[in-house]
Amino acid sequence: MRDGMIESDVLVVGGGLVGLSLGIGLAQGGLDVVVVDREAPASQTLPAFDGRVSAIAHASRQALQALGIWRHLEAAEPILDIRVTDGTSPLFVHYDHREVGAEPFGHMVENRHLRLALQGAVNETPGLRLLAPAAVTVLERRPAAVHARLADGRTVRAALVVGAEGRNSPTREAAGIRTTTWSYGQAGIVCTVGHERPHQGVAQERFLPAGPFAILPMTGSRSSLVWTEREDLAAALLALPEAEFLAELGRRFGDYLGKLEVEGPRWSYPLSFLHAERYIDHRLALAGDAAHGIHPISGQGLNLGLRDVATLVEILVGQARLGLDLGDPLALAAYERWRRVDTFVLGAITDGLNRLFSNDIAPVRLVRDLGLGIVEQLPPLKRVFMRHARGDMGDLPGLLRGEPV
Amino acid sequence: MSAAAAPSVDPAEVERFARMAEAWWDPLGQFRPLHVLNPVRLGYIREQAIARFGLDPKARRVLDGLSLLDIGCGGGLVAEPLARLGAEVTGIDAAERNIAIARAHAAESGVAVQYRAASAEALAAEGRQFDIVLALEIVEHVADLGAFMDAACALVKPGGLIVLATLNRTPKAFALAIVGAEWVLRWLPRGTHDWRKFVRPSELARELRRSGMALSEVRGVTYSPLADRWSLSGDTAVNYMLAATKPAG
Repeated sequence: MRDGMIESDVLVVGGGLVGLSLGIGLAQGGLDVVVVDREAPASQTLPAFDGRVSAIAHASRQALQALGIWRHLEAAEPILDIRVTDGTSPLFVHYDHREVGAEPFGHMVENRHLRLALQGAVNETPGLRLLAPAAVTVLERRPAAVHARLADGRTVRAALVVGAEGRNSPTREAAGIRTTTWSYGQAGIVCTVGHERPHQGVAQERFLPAGPFAILPMTGSRSSLVWTEREDLAAALLALPEAEFLAELGRRFGDYLGKLEVEGPRWSYPLSFLHAERYIDHRLALAGDAAHGIHPISGQGLNLGLRDVATLVEILVGQARLGLDLGDPLALAAYERWRRVDTFVLGAITDGLNRLFSNDIAPVRLVRDLGLGIVEQLPPLKRVFMRHARGDMGDLPGLLRGEPV
Repeated sequence: MSAAAAPSVDPAEVERFARMAEAWWDPLGQFRPLHVLNPVRLGYIREQAIARFGLDPKARRVLDGLSLLDIGCGGGLVAEPLARLGAEVTGIDAAERNIAIARAHAAESGVAVQYRAASAEALAAEGRQFDIVLALEIVEHVADLGAFMDAACALVKPGGLIVLATLNRTPKAFALAIVGAEWVLRWLPRGTHDWRKFVRPSELARELRRSGMALSEVRGVTYSPLADRWSLSGDTAVNYMLAATKPAG
């Protein structure tokens, strides 16, 4: 360091789930990484910071294990079966993990626990410096390097900056990268429900007229709900007294797990779609929701972010091992090519699924009931869907196959 | 002895490359094919050096402490990355302008490389020796292969390593490297290569043996158009790389 100048290989702006995973992966590959986040680490793990639960697909878990993050996790509940139903229709698709291998489809993990596990891994990763709370005030992407001035007067120099601040990424906006974006007019109500009987590792995805209603297994006799409603209705539901909220919830949840109770606070997150027109620019790459925010219908948002992480780690560590420039436009183009198709296809599928299922028009219902029945009758097609759920389709970077950096 | 007067340097070839040199460092520009080729070349050099000197493949500066000479370094595309890996790199090129460009770029990226407008023969005459000597895409451009190889091998320290990359003199190489790369795809300006000067692996091996070097490996380098990527292969009919070592003491 000279005069408050911090030298590094990669500067990651945003120390959330994606940003920290990336920092850990790159540092394990021998790079000097600086991660900057606005929030102090301690405040990010308070119960009030993030009430969401993430479905960690099989491939993502392999990556988290290889990165040494998984073993810091306090709790994770395996998803053994996935049942997809359309409203009250008796037809449904049943995915049993044993049809594609011995491993569960994925695990349900509370975001708060994931943040704690990441901090545990950060503390044992030399080569990674987490500067938080800190903010980038000026970001200059010069021909040979990136210079970032921080609010506290320090400067970080790096060969590459990665924007991983989530949907409203200031790094993306400053680079003038436009986005395709729309709101679904829906909100996802999120809460934890305790139930009388055990869930036996079954995840339920129900397509109700207002949108998907997902029951996701958590540790103990608890499940996490992701309950999609029109935005105005969601606000009204959130404001209901406890007993009335539980009654509304029970009508959709059913009684198959016995008596229900709501545990802890209820949350609501607006649902929208966002896709950046480019993932890269001069000495810049976007990762996670800064590049793509998809509808949470299939629980793939964080998994896509972790796929970005695994891909960037593979490409950048590969560059460093050959002594090549980490901001090399050819390397960045390879990252974009690798990730963009995957992301856009999944985004389009989940968007289409949501539009197809968020209505109650009789012919559409019939088609989709038949559709679900057909998927159930065609084992090879079903295996493709199931492997997507596990996140192990396509040409995978090493981390997603569980190989250490 | 001035660089241009050395017997292995063909002045017409030197001038042609000097004209192209300014665009050297733009990975998306005229020299894109060279940038796309670079990872496989660097990977091969790294792999051979690790094997020869028993280096730690996990070390960021894997080549720390080794001296390396890049003959015909051009704009420094290979020299700079290898200096980042810890090698003490000397880059020589017969074209003054290439050296000027390489120096300017190294200063901008803050990488330490010794650049000099000189020929291999001139350095050999000074008695200089290096742990690793590189001659990448050079032997197909020299006027006198025997004289060049004598000098290049003399520049290797006992126990050291030489790595060469070039084009084979086969009909397939004519079709791909001349017709394909120069006439059709225009990856390279027409006239960059003269097929008659391409060198067969057996000819290179003979030159190396004559200088007392032990051939360690010949690998083909092939392009996959779909992936836009080069990789090592068993097909040496067009591009190939070759490594040889000088017995210790």
